[in-house]
Amino acid sequence: MKQKTVAVVGAAETTEMGKIPNMSQIMLHADAALNAMKDAGLTAKDIDGVATAGDSPVEVAHYLGITPTWVDGTSVGGCSFMLHVRHAAAAINEGLCNTVLITHAESGRSRVGARRFSRDPASQMGQFEVPYGVTTPPTMFTIPVLRYMKDVGVTEEGLAQVAVVQREWAAKNPRASFRDPITVDDVLNSKMIAWPFRLLMCCLVTDGGGALILTSAERAKDFPQKPVYILGTGESCETPMISQMEDFTTSKAFRVSGKKAFEEAGIKHSDVDHLMIYDAFAHLPLYGLEDLGFCERGEAAAFIREGHTRPGGKLPLNTNGGGLSYMHSGMYGMYALQESVRQMRGIAPAQVPGAKISIAHGVGGMFAASGTIVFSNEAP
Amino acid sequence: MADYNRPLPAPTPETQHFWDGCREGELRLQRCTSCKESYFPPRPFCPACGSRDVEIYKASGKATLYSYVINHRPRPDFGDTPHSIAVVTLAEGPRMMTNIVDCPQTPEALELDMALEVTFEKANDEISLPKFKPSKG
Ligand SMILES: [Zn+2]
Repeated sequence: MKQKTVAVVGAAETTEMGKIPNMSQIMLHADAALNAMKDAGLTAKDIDGVATAGDSPVEVAHYLGITPTWVDGTSVGGCSFMLHVRHAAAAINEGLCNTVLITHAESGRSRVGARRFSRDPASQMGQFEVPYGVTTPPTMFTIPVLRYMKDVGVTEEGLAQVAVVQREWAAKNPRASFRDPITVDDVLNSKMIAWPFRLLMCCLVTDGGGALILTSAERAKDFPQKPVYILGTGESCETPMISQMEDFTTSKAFRVSGKKAFEEAGIKHSDVDHLMIYDAFAHLPLYGLEDLGFCERGEAAAFIREGHTRPGGKLPLNTNGGGLSYMHSGMYGMYALQESVRQMRGIAPAQVPGAKISIAHGVGGMFAASGTIVFSNEAP
Repeated sequence: MADYNRPLPAPTPETQHFWDGCREGELRLQRCTSCKESYFPPRPFCPACGSRDVEIYKASGKATLYSYVINHRPRPDFGDTPHSIAVVTLAEGPRMMTNIVDCPQTPEALELDMALEVTFEKANDEISLPKFKPSKG
């Protein structure tokens, strides 16, 4: 139900990435926000909408000296920022605010001023999952994959190939944490984390953050950067407990969110020039390619093996190196959005020549939630 | 039994019957009396149709192995031997998280779709956890 288009007019990550022990988590929010405001030629006084996840938007607004007329603290995991973009677009359309700042920051590695992770033993997860050793993403997000591999016929090599191709992209990105080429054998010989997942199939743990600034497309023309328009958005959620996912071979939240975004944008899959799929673990791009409809069920691993997602392929995927090789501070969705914006501005380190439409697709929790944003550098 | 140092569930009013059942050595599920749907985790209404007209019953304890991982990362509470974290499909339909016990913790021994049966691991006087072992046939 879009009346008018909204655009990204400011986008930036934290000044440093990786290991930032000299900044607390709230300062990482501010560092990214100040960089994004500079990018947009704005100051805190110009911002009237604030959204963040994990930490409170109240903290972010007050720390930066912003008095908002619209606040969104939707916190459904790493795709929360896709949901913020969607909600912000609706809020700007409705006149609730004009200029929205969305931030993410996490001192994921150094843990300076970071939230403590704990689960109430009386919560559903605390009662029915945690007692069995399900406490961190490597023992949660990974659980469905053996069922997927058996039912659709994907091998360990197929899983490993995802990490290999993403490293090819990371090699082109000076800010990526890991840039040395790797082979399928390297992945399969890396340390076992949780069978069948090896170390190189799991995302990094780093410090960092990012921020976006959105306003109406009408106003966007007056900003210093080339506007990146939002063509379509989607969101959904399924279950907080991975054991209760309807089907371990497909994410309902992915399917619902992706379909909404495609419908709203009015585009076909063949229109998409660039794709980001949140890759906390190597199986995520496989589920994403299938659940978003880029591949038939069970064909994503072959699609990647055949080279369609690597540099020069027809569907460049995770061109910053992804959570597997670029960075992952805890809620990676923001970095997927940042890379889509860079690609649409034409300034990405591994720029896809002539790209006009980009999709950033995020996951929240362990297949718990999802958000999808369709961007374009051409006004609709 | 040795001191149990792993995280344990804290039952709530809606789940007490389940944990009471585990302590008494039976796996209790709930079923909707209107649409007949069995469901898990426990709650006093049917997630399929919304009816509050539900009953508690003793499940068969039979299940099959749906998916799993074998955790290799040492943890203070689970020790440093690799151990399975699994999801099973109960004969009655619902799925639940558990550990597969009484069998080697290897990909060879843990075959998807293998037949399993429930066994209860006593943590303390209040809590026993439902675990699953290969079915005797
Ligand atoms: Zn019912």
